[in-house]
Amino acid sequence: MAKLQHEVPQANAWRTVVTAIGQIFRWVPPIYFIFAAIMIGIGLTNENFFTHYRNTLNLLLQAAPLAVLAAGQLFVIISGGFDLSVGSIITFVVLGSSIMLSGNPEATYWVIAMMLGIGIVVGLFNGAVTHYLKVPSIITTLGMMLTIKGAALLWSGGAPRGSLPAAFRVFGRDRMDKFLIWERFPHAVLILAGIGIVATLLLHRTNFGKQVYAVGDNPRAAALAGINVPLVRMICFALSGLFAAIAGVLLGGFSGVSTQVGDGYELRAITAVVLGGARLLGGRGGMPEAIMGAITLQALFSLLNNLGLPQPLREAVQAVILISAAAYAVLRERRKA
Amino acid sequence: MKVVVQPSRPQLWRRIPPVYVILVVITVVAWILVELYGRGSFFGKENIANILQRSVSLGIVSVGQTFTILAGSLDLSVANMISVSAVMSSYIMQGDPSRVPFAIATVVLIGVIVGLVNGLLITQLRVNPLISTLGTGLLLQGILSASFRNFAGSVPEEFQVLAYGSIGPISYSVLMFIIIASIGVFILRKTRFGAHLYAVGGSQEVSRLSGLRTTRVLLGAHVIASLTAVITGIYLASRLGAGAPWVGRDGVYDLESIAVVVIGGTALAGGRGGVMGTVAGVLIFAILDSMFNLLGVGSYLKQVLRGLIIIAAVASYSIRTKEEVS
Repeated sequence: MAKLQHEVPQANAWRTVVTAIGQIFRWVPPIYFIFAAIMIGIGLTNENFFTHYRNTLNLLLQAAPLAVLAAGQLFVIISGGFDLSVGSIITFVVLGSSIMLSGNPEATYWVIAMMLGIGIVVGLFNGAVTHYLKVPSIITTLGMMLTIKGAALLWSGGAPRGSLPAAFRVFGRDRMDKFLIWERFPHAVLILAGIGIVATLLLHRTNFGKQVYAVGDNPRAAALAGINVPLVRMICFALSGLFAAIAGVLLGGFSGVSTQVGDGYELRAITAVVLGGARLLGGRGGMPEAIMGAITLQALFSLLNNLGLPQPLREAVQAVILISAAAYAVLRERRKA
Repeated sequence: MKVVVQPSRPQLWRRIPPVYVILVVITVVAWILVELYGRGSFFGKENIANILQRSVSLGIVSVGQTFTILAGSLDLSVANMISVSAVMSSYIMQGDPSRVPFAIATVVLIGVIVGLVNGLLITQLRVNPLISTLGTGLLLQGILSASFRNFAGSVPEEFQVLAYGSIGPISYSVLMFIIIASIGVFILRKTRFGAHLYAVGGSQEVSRLSGLRTTRVLLGAHVIASLTAVITGIYLASRLGAGAPWVGRDGVYDLESIAVVVIGGTALAGGRGGVMGTVAGVLIFAILDSMFNLLGVGSYLKQVLRGLIIIAAVASYSIRTKEEVS
C-alpha cells in the first residue's frame, strides 16, 4: 500500500485504471462477481434468457423461498449460532396448512398467521435452550429438526393430506397483472424485496443490528458492554423461525404439498449465507450479500440444469463452488488483514 | 519431547464420564416402562443382543467423529463416505472371496485420501470445517450417485460372517466395535498423538506457539474419522449383502454421530471428552430405540421424542458450564 502511494505522482492513466480495478475487487463483495459469472454462463447456455425480463423474474420467483430463509439464517449465524431446524419448519408449515385448510379455504389468513406464530415460538425455544441450558445451537436445532419433522409427519400420518387452497398459493405461485413497469410480476418477488429491505435495515441501520454483531464477535464483551445477550440471541432465532415459516408459505404455494418439501433447505440456507461472505461462528456478514448468495445459488442450479447435468453431478459442482467460494473469502480476508 | 509434569492419576470412578449416570437412568426407566407396558422383556438375551447390534454401525463411525470434535473440528462427510465405502467394496468384490483384500485396500485408500482432503482444506485453505466437509460429502455423494443407481455388486457369503457370525454369545460385529473403541481410548489416553489432539482442541493457537505441529494433528484426526466411516461402510455392505448409494444418508450418520459424541460429553469446541463417553451416547440411542420398539411407539412419535431427548441429554450437564455457548 505504502509503496503504491509513493509511486502515484508519476502514475500514468493506465496505472490509475489498474489500481481502480484492483480497488473494486477489494471492496465489492465477491458474491457479486460470482453472480455475474453465473449469469454470463446462463446467457451463454440459454440465448433467450436476456431477451425478456420474464426469465429473470422467474429466476427470482424460484429463489424467493431460499432467499427469505437465508435472510433469517444470517441473523443467527452473525450472532454466532446455527439454525438447522428451518427445513423442518417449512415441512411443518406446508403439511399443517394443507391439513387445516382442506375444506375451509376461508381460514387461510388465520392459518398463515398461526404458522408464522409457530415459527417464532420454535425460534424462541431454540434461542432459550441455547442460551439458558447452554446446549450448543447446532445440537439444539438438530434436535428441533427431528422433533418438528416428526411432529409434522405424525400430524399428517406420514403422507401429504388435503391440499392448499388458491388463496394460500397466491403468495408463492401467482403473479400480479402489472406492477410498475413489469407485467406478470410474481407476488413472491415483491415479498422477497420487502423482507430484504426490512432485514437489511434491521441488521445494518439499527441498534439491534449492531448488538447482533457484537454478540457474535464476543458474547462476553457484549454482555460486559451492557447488551442483553439472551434477548438478542432469542430475537435472532425467532427471526430465523419466522422467516422459515414465511419461506414455507412461499414454497408450499410454489411447489405444492409433499412430505419432503423442506428437506435439505437448512444446509442450502447456510451455503447461501456463506457464499454471501458471512463467517460461521459469528461477527461478520452482510444482508444484501446473503440474499445475493441465495439468488446466486438458485441461478447456479438453473445454469447446471441448462447444461443438462444429471442431478447428482449438479450437487458435486455445487460442492466445488461452495468450497472455492469459502476458500476465496478466507484468502481475501487474510490479504486485507 | 519429554512429558515433564505427571498429572496425578485420578481415581477410577472419577474417570468415568458423567454421561454414564444418564445411561444408567435411561436404562432403568426403559426397563421399568418395558416391563410394565411393553411386549417382551428388556433384559432378555434377544433384546440385549439387539441393542448391541444396533450400536455397531453408528458406534464405529462415532469413535472417529470423537477425534475430529476433540480437535475442535467436525466431519459432515462421514455419511457419504460410508455410502462410498459400502458401494465400492461390494462392487469390487462381486461375490468373489479372492477379491476381498483388494476391495478393502481400495476403500481404505479412498478413506485416507478423503480424510487428507478434508484436513488439508481445513488447515491449508482455512475453510470452516462445517463447509469443507459438507462440500466433500456432497462431492462424494454426487460422484457416487451419478455412477451407481442401486445396489452394486455383492459381497461373498464368507464375508457376511463379519455381520452375522459370532464367538459364543458375542457377535463379531460387536467385538469389532469393542476393539475399535478400545483402540480409540488407547490412542487418546496413551499416545503422544492423543495428548496433542487434546492440546490442539483446547487451543490451536497456543499449541502452535508451543511447537506442536497442529496441521498434522488435524490431518490425523480427519483421516481417523474417514477410516472409521470406511469400516462402517464395509460392515453395512456385509450386513446388507451389497452396498447402495443411499445407505449412509438414510442412516443420518453425519448428524447422529455428532449428536452422539456431544451427548457423550465431548465439548463441541474441542479439547474435552473422550471415546468412553461416545460409547455411552451410542448405547443411549440404541436403548431408546429398542425401548420405543418394545413399547410399540410409532416411528414419527419416535422421531419427535428422539429430538427432544437429544436436547435434554446434552442440556442435563451442559447447564452447569459457565462459559458462553453458541
